[in-house]
Amino acid sequence: MSLESFLLMRHELLLIAIALIVLIAEIAMHDKEKKGLIPFVIILFAIHTFVGFLPEKTGNLFGEMFRSSQLTLLMKNILNIGVLIVLIQSAEWLKKPENKEKISEFFIILFSTLIGMYFMISAGHFVMFFIGIETATIPLAVLAAYEKSKNKSAEAGVKLVLMAALSTGISLYGVSMIYGTSGTLYFSELTKLFASSPLQTLGFIFFFSGMAFKISIVPFHFWTPDVYEGAPINVTSYLSVISKGAAVFIFTIVLFTVFSKIISLWQDVIYVSSVLTMTLANLFAIRQKNLKRFLAFSSIAQAGFIFLGIIGGSTLGMASVIYFVLIYIFSNLGAFGVISIISNKTGKENMDDYDGLYKTNPKLSLAMMLSLFSLAGIPPVAGFFGKFFLFTAAAQQGFYLLVFIGVLNTIISLYYYLLIVKAMFINKNDNPIAYFKSDNYSKVSLIMCIGGMVITGFASVIFEYIKNLSFGV
Amino acid sequence: MDILTLFVIIPTLTIIGILFTKNNKQARVVAAVGMSIQLINAVNLIFSYISLRKSGDTAEFVFRKSYVWFESLNIQYAIGVDGIAVAMIALTAIIIFTGIFASWEVTELSREFFISLILLSTGVFGFFISLDLFTMFLFYEIAVIPMYLLIGIWGSGPKEYSAMKLTLMLMGGSALLLVGLIGIYFSSAGVSGVLSWDLSVISKINIPIEAQRIFFPLTFIGFGALGALFPFHTWSPDGHASAPTAVSMLHAGVLMKLGGYGAFRVAMFLMPQAAQEQAWIFLLLTGISVVYGAFGAIMQKDLKYINAYSSVSHCGLVLFGLLMMNKTAMDGAILQMISHGIMTALFFGLIGMIYGRTHTRLINEMGGLMKVMPFLSVCYVIGGLASLGLPGLSGFVAEMTIFVGAFQHADLFHRVMTIMAISAIVITAVYILRVVGILLFGPIRNPEFNHLTDGKWHERLTTITLISAIAGIGLAPFWLSNIIQESLTPIVERLAAFVH
Repeated sequence: MSLESFLLMRHELLLIAIALIVLIAEIAMHDKEKKGLIPFVIILFAIHTFVGFLPEKTGNLFGEMFRSSQLTLLMKNILNIGVLIVLIQSAEWLKKPENKEKISEFFIILFSTLIGMYFMISAGHFVMFFIGIETATIPLAVLAAYEKSKNKSAEAGVKLVLMAALSTGISLYGVSMIYGTSGTLYFSELTKLFASSPLQTLGFIFFFSGMAFKISIVPFHFWTPDVYEGAPINVTSYLSVISKGAAVFIFTIVLFTVFSKIISLWQDVIYVSSVLTMTLANLFAIRQKNLKRFLAFSSIAQAGFIFLGIIGGSTLGMASVIYFVLIYIFSNLGAFGVISIISNKTGKENMDDYDGLYKTNPKLSLAMMLSLFSLAGIPPVAGFFGKFFLFTAAAQQGFYLLVFIGVLNTIISLYYYLLIVKAMFINKNDNPIAYFKSDNYSKVSLIMCIGGMVITGFASVIFEYIKNLSFGV
Repeated sequence: MDILTLFVIIPTLTIIGILFTKNNKQARVVAAVGMSIQLINAVNLIFSYISLRKSGDTAEFVFRKSYVWFESLNIQYAIGVDGIAVAMIALTAIIIFTGIFASWEVTELSREFFISLILLSTGVFGFFISLDLFTMFLFYEIAVIPMYLLIGIWGSGPKEYSAMKLTLMLMGGSALLLVGLIGIYFSSAGVSGVLSWDLSVISKINIPIEAQRIFFPLTFIGFGALGALFPFHTWSPDGHASAPTAVSMLHAGVLMKLGGYGAFRVAMFLMPQAAQEQAWIFLLLTGISVVYGAFGAIMQKDLKYINAYSSVSHCGLVLFGLLMMNKTAMDGAILQMISHGIMTALFFGLIGMIYGRTHTRLINEMGGLMKVMPFLSVCYVIGGLASLGLPGLSGFVAEMTIFVGAFQHADLFHRVMTIMAISAIVITAVYILRVVGILLFGPIRNPEFNHLTDGKWHERLTTITLISAIAGIGLAPFWLSNIIQESLTPIVERLAAFVH
């Protein structure tokens, strides 16, 4: 294998190099405070993100187990942007005394999961897919249990590890059935060979169930609220946005290629799961008071909306899914960013504590409001465009009733997002959270999120670029 | 810079200007200056439009510009106006102008108040200038959200409840609308096979009738929820009553007309066949709106609720006229949109001024205000007479035209509905005269009101502007009617082609 083809894995190699550099850098740093480590890592990753956008050759490696195409490069770049924002947001939390000894471990484990996601997205073979998904999920359990002093954190870690093991086990079972009936695990060969025999259909169902755990689809979502609530906020934002986004990407690719022959079957499955997910998650979200649980249910509902884009199996569908994940990254990280700033400063995570926030911290309230509006799909922020194109993609294939249910769920979701807006702007509070200046890292991350939300909608080049790279069934 | 995009740019610049102000007084001055410029722009548009038509331009929409936005979906930033849109833009400009002056005394968070108010108007202006369905919907949604903050923060009474109810119900309407618009898009292939969001393109092709039958009710109800179509009007009484003055003026005056405008521009214009087929259902509903709104107003004791139900009734009359689908009735409906828009803005403005002095809105706690505040009281009487359709004021012209047009349908159903709607005039007279009698005439019930001040300069500016408009349209309606009528021709022709 020549060096040229090895360099097709530029993203992965660069990230592995960065992870090793971080490991050595920490040992090399003399001062006990290790003050320079966090900005050093952030700068390294920013360089990695930037390099990712430079033109790169595409091709297949390891006999088609690893497939690199413009589409997968785009997906990896989108994830990079999200991870960069997560890293910037974690800076303040990592500086806390209880986390001081574990700074480089956090970064290394995070990068390991990201490398796993890269391999997962570029997979051309089910074994590579399995390696990727395991690498992407298991270390997350360590991150979820990072706050050793809290019971809920440990609970989150255990639940995550159990969920990961169970879901990949089920997926693998399904994959084994597919192997048994077709004799190959390569995606490209399976696309032609898939015959929709009963055993293969069963294989698909198991595979779907395993993936549904990762994407948090009802009824496989029960781990999500507890893990999101227990894990540290920055890990939660990473989980809700990057982990889910990567899973959605590879799920879409696999559905549109490997399972393209049984499209009518999986359309039914996605129809039902989408309706269940949107509706149940929205209804549960209304009652939540803890903001992390609240955003957990909101994330589950957003996954239901993403399925609306997948169901058509069209180019527009894949484009709208990728576009929506990008916008979802900005919106969710914006909301989590505000919650993380306030939690780091005051330790308060309940909706009632946010009463009257506008009077004391107007800029934070505005940032939160914009993020919530983007999640709800209200113009002029990008969430409107994302949701609109998802609905259009579903309607293109005639699923009008599903679109109708989707818009009804948008209204229900608007209700609970407005509850937070109401708390910040309208409710009176004798004891609001006092005014404080946020640190620079948080400011930068929020500016990136808000900039992303505003620009991604109006700048149509982004959507057009994504659409050019997408493909349908 | 084309004249139409200016309508969106001027408010945006005003908002940016307000962001730089330091206190309340500066903010309101910036807002007033900005919206005065907008009013001048609107007057300029009217004159430009009239001269363009006089010089022989007979295109359906003028001042057109079109920029490709999302190429793969054929979404464009396409703008253009016809006479009806020009009239609506003028209405909005007048009402936001007077609304700023009616809110001169807002002190709490007033920068945010003016920003939200002007943002609301930006959405409305953008809606009226757009010809592309996606862009229209985008602006329509921008117009809905500031309402929540405006009512929830600066409102009175059960404001959180009213704000949430209003926002969710209007979003419900826009949800139906969204499905309808996407449906229209995917049915717009026509002969050329190219899907389009552009109104002027879609209006030239025939959407398949099966698609029309589904998407017409969705679109009509979607817009109708905003235009107070029974039974989707329930957000209106609480919403208007809890909202601050300028917000009620803008909402009842303009936003509800947006519903009527959308109903005929999108629903009826693009899907005329289904419109003819299903008109009778919606005629029933609007007939009920008209009468129910009027009866509802009789029962109320709170000034704002009376006016809110009255708005339901008059906006129902707009939809009623539109559904008659002949030139006269539709001309009357659009006149009613403008006439009632100005009138209800006047009412809500006055109620706000009275409430600011007496701190009560219950009519039986006030009385004899004519002796204490003669200027404001006379304005209120004029507004009331316009509302019940006194000749010489705009209400008469509009209602008369609607009923003449409605009566042109000779069949029993239409005649019965028309008679039902006309009876609402009498009921309107009941509640208007009752309120005027108790509130303005008679003994002064509360002696503390003896030393209340009359209208200040900004209040006089608001009321005089609006009354001039009402009287202008009432005494010389032809200038407005001419602008509207020639633009109605394509729509009426399309509808006439599918007479049931």
